[in-house]
Amino acid sequence: MYRYDEFDAAFVRERTEQFRYQVERRLKGELNEDQFKPFRLMNGLYLQLHAYMLRVAVPYGTLSAPQLKMLAHIARKYDKGYGHITTRQNIQYNWPKLKDVPDILADLATVEMHAIQTSGNCIRNVTADHFAGAAADEIEDPRPVAEIVRQWSSLHPEFAFLPRKFKVAVSGAAHDRAALKFHDLAIEIVKNDEGRIGYRILVGGGMGRTPYIGYAVGDFVEKPDLLAFLEAVLRVYNENGRRDNIYKARIKVLAQSLGQTEMRERVVREFIEIKRAGTLQVPQEERARIEAYFAPPAFEALNDAPLPTEGALGQWVASNVHKHRAPGYAIATLSLKPIGGVPGDISHEQLDGVAQLMDDFGYAEIRTSHEQNLVLPHVKQSDLPAVFARLKALGLATPNAGLITDIICCPGLDYCDLANARSIPIAQKIAERFADLERQHAIGELKIKMSGCINACGHHHTGHIGILGVDKKGVEFYQLQLGGSATEDAAIGEIMGPGFGENEIVYAVERVVDLYVKLRQPGERFLDTYRRLGMEPFKNIAYQEQLHAAH
Amino acid sequence: MPLIKDGVLAEDLYTAVDDDAPLPEGPVIVSLKRLRAERDSLLGRNQKLGVKLTSAESPESIGSDLERLSLVVLEFPKFRDGRPFSWARILRSRLKFDGEVRASGDFLYDQIAFLQRVGCDAFALPPSVTPALFARALAEMTNVYQPAADGVKTIRQLRSEP
Amino acid sequence: MAQKLTANRLIDGTVLYWRAGEWTESFAEGEVLASEDAAKAALAAAQDFVARNLVVGTYLFELKGEAPLKEREIIRAFGPSVRPDLGKQAVR
Repeated sequence: MYRYDEFDAAFVRERTEQFRYQVERRLKGELNEDQFKPFRLMNGLYLQLHAYMLRVAVPYGTLSAPQLKMLAHIARKYDKGYGHITTRQNIQYNWPKLKDVPDILADLATVEMHAIQTSGNCIRNVTADHFAGAAADEIEDPRPVAEIVRQWSSLHPEFAFLPRKFKVAVSGAAHDRAALKFHDLAIEIVKNDEGRIGYRILVGGGMGRTPYIGYAVGDFVEKPDLLAFLEAVLRVYNENGRRDNIYKARIKVLAQSLGQTEMRERVVREFIEIKRAGTLQVPQEERARIEAYFAPPAFEALNDAPLPTEGALGQWVASNVHKHRAPGYAIATLSLKPIGGVPGDISHEQLDGVAQLMDDFGYAEIRTSHEQNLVLPHVKQSDLPAVFARLKALGLATPNAGLITDIICCPGLDYCDLANARSIPIAQKIAERFADLERQHAIGELKIKMSGCINACGHHHTGHIGILGVDKKGVEFYQLQLGGSATEDAAIGEIMGPGFGENEIVYAVERVVDLYVKLRQPGERFLDTYRRLGMEPFKNIAYQEQLHAAH
Repeated sequence: MPLIKDGVLAEDLYTAVDDDAPLPEGPVIVSLKRLRAERDSLLGRNQKLGVKLTSAESPESIGSDLERLSLVVLEFPKFRDGRPFSWARILRSRLKFDGEVRASGDFLYDQIAFLQRVGCDAFALPPSVTPALFARALAEMTNVYQPAADGVKTIRQLRSEP
Repeated sequence: MAQKLTANRLIDGTVLYWRAGEWTESFAEGEVLASEDAAKAALAAAQDFVARNLVVGTYLFELKGEAPLKEREIIRAFGPSVRPDLGKQAVR
């Protein structure tokens, strides 16, 4: 993985001291809250329902064992013993004190970490495919590109006060695991007809109040031109994005109002000029320097062996182990979705335990995923039983990756200042309802995603089954949406109708799922059956049964 | 309001003039609207001339008259409005404007380094920023990752030096 | 409708409730502002603490009986409903 050189290290240290001075001035009253807020947000610090919340950047979801240990230390020393993996691959703490945050950032800097641009109206921390460098379907590891973008975007002087936040994702694989089409800007690594590798650039995707699927503004951007192209997009956005209405300020709204043709023209005009200036070109030597950090480990010459199928290990392998590009290796998902637990939460003991496991097995890195799990990218197949045993002891071996209880869920009203409804308790009830493992495996791939408000941190628009919590006159209701997808077959879920009460939503989900199991054709996922049959039968069953239950 | 020019306290030689006020002697700063309305007389005064742009006005809208100007003032109506950062870069990088680019209005200490990077060489300091603080603001971060309009060597360039 | 006044302490973020010109960390100890005039007066008086950079985010919320009307304020007053070991509920 990427290692800081003296420049990176000094940069993060100075940034920490810069924030320390901002906090000092805030406490002395030299900055009022209105002035301080954008600056604390740019360092990942929110004020939430109960306390401050610090969102620590995990660039493109890659962490080392020493970094995990530091995250555990911070959870113990400054927080309440745990952290929460977010849908943007970051980790956030729910209880830090403002006066401690500069010290937390200083501690993070010692392990090459920071909280730069994890919030605020700026270019946010860059995300990437969590199987990067390990996936069998990959053209190229997306992380060197993500690192180049991370450096370019860090304290970019022109784009620190954008109309609204700006999220970037990168993927280099055929299967989109990074939700590219739902980002403000996405970089898709592609190969052209001549076999050359370059980038397809999408803009204007997003969820939230008005969900849109992004469209291409660059079909094949050459490698040295990437940053010039990105700078062009950002300038068009900074100049033209709406600043009169916070709900219309994202680039997706600009992308819709300009239309694809006009957007492309404006971006290309800027791009040609920035490219001509030459200073933003990324030369081959710099790309090679960064790529070298992401070289895969020296895989032993092994052969694929039959994986365990029996017992608890077999069940875990069936759902949580994925195909690796190197023979004899596997990718393992560590589920942070124990039945009845809080999706994405991880304790300091677990963080330390995983770090110890990594040390013991010689793993240099681990990933966070936007699905709020951890991923060990390079596990020897022969080590799977031992790794499983260790994970089981840590409570991280729930065999449900990609299944109905692997629910993406925002913190909701239990923590969040913006939420309208609780989301975690609903996720817990659904997971408990479908806890039976055989039933989960029989249902197969089914992504439930839930948000406690319209901002869609829980990605409800892209759930095969999406759930949106709303507040109706002080009572929590939950809307169902069906048919969303965040992958290459991107789709925005269709709203079923009026919301369900807190006690009805689990039944409604269960009836929808049961109908799918009844009506599916061989090999069909829930999403496929839904696309074949449409909303009608699912809607009928969800509401019809509700009437019966009420009488 | 103290003016910093090229990093040091400087006397402001210009008088900012409202759209309906009579023009005083000497260099003046007018709005883009007034420049358009009174173009010939303003350009014919044989005095230094400055134009103040609102955050919604791109310097490209000045057109070819830009080369007759010696000052462009970029007004921050609210420090969170980030458009002037792009206007400064366009002035320097695209339009090759080599006159004074002055930041004015509601900007904060914490934005000074960014403003200098995008091409501002003059700052009408808000009351909260003393000249000493101005110098401190520029010293907070030693190196930068991305090229801008200030010609500072980026970290990538520094890395490739022997 | 009776209300209470809340804010966060600037330096550590702790949720606070207004009580007769001061702040308390306890919801139960928070002053019941029975009339709209009393609520407005408390909110106005609290701005002095904002100006002195001691608290942020002052606002009023409604009560139903002795408890907050809205779920949001119940959770804020006691802690995350999914973690009874955390927040103010854990201290009691």
